[in-house]
Amino acid sequence: MTVKDTGADASAVATAVADAHRREWAFVLAATVRVTRDLDVAEECVQEAFATALTDWAAHGVPDRPAAWLTTAAKRRALNVLRHRGVEHRYLPLLVEEDTVPGPGDALDDGPDGVPIPDDRLRLVVTCCHPALDRSAQVALTLRLMCGLSTAEVARAFLVSEPTMAARITRAKKKIALARIPYRVPSAEELPERVDAVLSVVHLLFTTGHTVPAGEELVRRDLVERSVQLARMLRRLLPRDPAVAGLLALLLLTDARRETRTAPDGRLLLLEEQDRTRWDPAAIAEGIALVREALRTRPPSRYALQAAIAAVHAESPSWDDTDWREVVALYDVLTQVWPSPVVALNRAVAVGFACGAAAGLAALDALGSEPQLAGYGYLPAARADFLRRLGRVDDARTAYEEALLLTDNAVEREFLAGRLRGLGGPSH
Amino acid sequence: MSQYLILIYEDEASYATATPEVLGEVMQAHNDFAAQVEQHGAKLLGGNALQSTGTATSLRGAGSEVTDGPFVETKEALGGYYLIEAPDLDAALAVGKICPARFGGVEVRPIMTFE
Repeated sequence: MTVKDTGADASAVATAVADAHRREWAFVLAATVRVTRDLDVAEECVQEAFATALTDWAAHGVPDRPAAWLTTAAKRRALNVLRHRGVEHRYLPLLVEEDTVPGPGDALDDGPDGVPIPDDRLRLVVTCCHPALDRSAQVALTLRLMCGLSTAEVARAFLVSEPTMAARITRAKKKIALARIPYRVPSAEELPERVDAVLSVVHLLFTTGHTVPAGEELVRRDLVERSVQLARMLRRLLPRDPAVAGLLALLLLTDARRETRTAPDGRLLLLEEQDRTRWDPAAIAEGIALVREALRTRPPSRYALQAAIAAVHAESPSWDDTDWREVVALYDVLTQVWPSPVVALNRAVAVGFACGAAAGLAALDALGSEPQLAGYGYLPAARADFLRRLGRVDDARTAYEEALLLTDNAVEREFLAGRLRGLGGPSH
Repeated sequence: MSQYLILIYEDEASYATATPEVLGEVMQAHNDFAAQVEQHGAKLLGGNALQSTGTATSLRGAGSEVTDGPFVETKEALGGYYLIEAPDLDAALAVGKICPARFGGVEVRPIMTFE
């Protein structure tokens, strides 16, 4: 490409850089961390590599392998920084790495035309989600280091102030360096447990995006997309891991319903009311193939079972055709694999549809004393629904009012208030 | 290699009421622990058991005011420690996991180094 025809391509270059940022950030950063053994220096260098790409690609054209180009640029920058900065300016100790310490020689011999760059994203993501870091730190680091989100963006995603999020990220990075959390892929025996922590973080990102805890919108699309992207990346890194396949299936099958979860006026639509013809058929097909694969392992992972439940709904042509007995059976297995009051709550709801509202209500009432469900708005909401179906209007009203007290999501609140209005005025 | 302190926090009341058999088991567990540390790629550099917090004396403030008792009153008190050397936190936590603390738990803290 020559310089004269690049001016017109400025927006194409900007798009290519933005695209590479979204797809390749983690790859480039993970490779650069191996050179710097310092997360902050690596982040700086990667940011500069992306900035350089804007001008360089405009002048010389977009490279065939943007990730390799960016990695080489970031590593070259890193070696310069390290050479000039010297040990005395180092703020934190170097990250622990068991492999050979890369020197200037071998750091640059891979790249656009050389040996393939090793994929270090797995070591980066397990480091972000190390069990010695608390969950909020794991989530913040994952968004920041794996997805390349700015601190301001991560803060916005979790509704905390930017200084609070900056402090959380700084503390986590400091702990990684000072407590010497190793930057490496765990041994085969440790791997399942460590991957499980990563999957929990990705799942949490998805559920946070899927139903925003507080605010005006039901879904925060960017978080949902980031979590699906992370799950796809894990799938490529660990193609034989059934829990990874299960999680990706769960996200795809749940997100396939995205267009139908709210009415044009923003009102929440339940599964029962959703227009199934507008569910995403490609996501469903991909999700179902992954579920089949994930369920082949015994015992199945919790994500595979949750995905299998989502698949029952996805494959059912209508609400009335839903195979509720199959759903209850899957919840029974899920309860064994992953005992949790929330799973028990969902199972009770399925029992209500399989065996009638009275049976569902009885199953829910058995959970009333569960301390983990105290303050959990879906319990009174589910009770209210069964009470309404049973014609127990006054009890239903009390339960809807209780559920309203427990959710801060505006769309969910409007749904509950609508149901409450539908019950008519108090009969007492 | 880095150094870590494994701080053992346990319920002192449980020790006060423990039978001689239990105390014997605890002693044996610590001896076994010492023998197993190296299997985790770590090295035991030192360690001690402490007398109960009833024997502690605290000095605080600019005037070093003397008070009878531990610095912080807690149900699970610091009762002993091991100093280990380990290649990284994963190895240190593996050692922490096998450290006996039947009436409580342990905290693993990296030792600060000054260059």
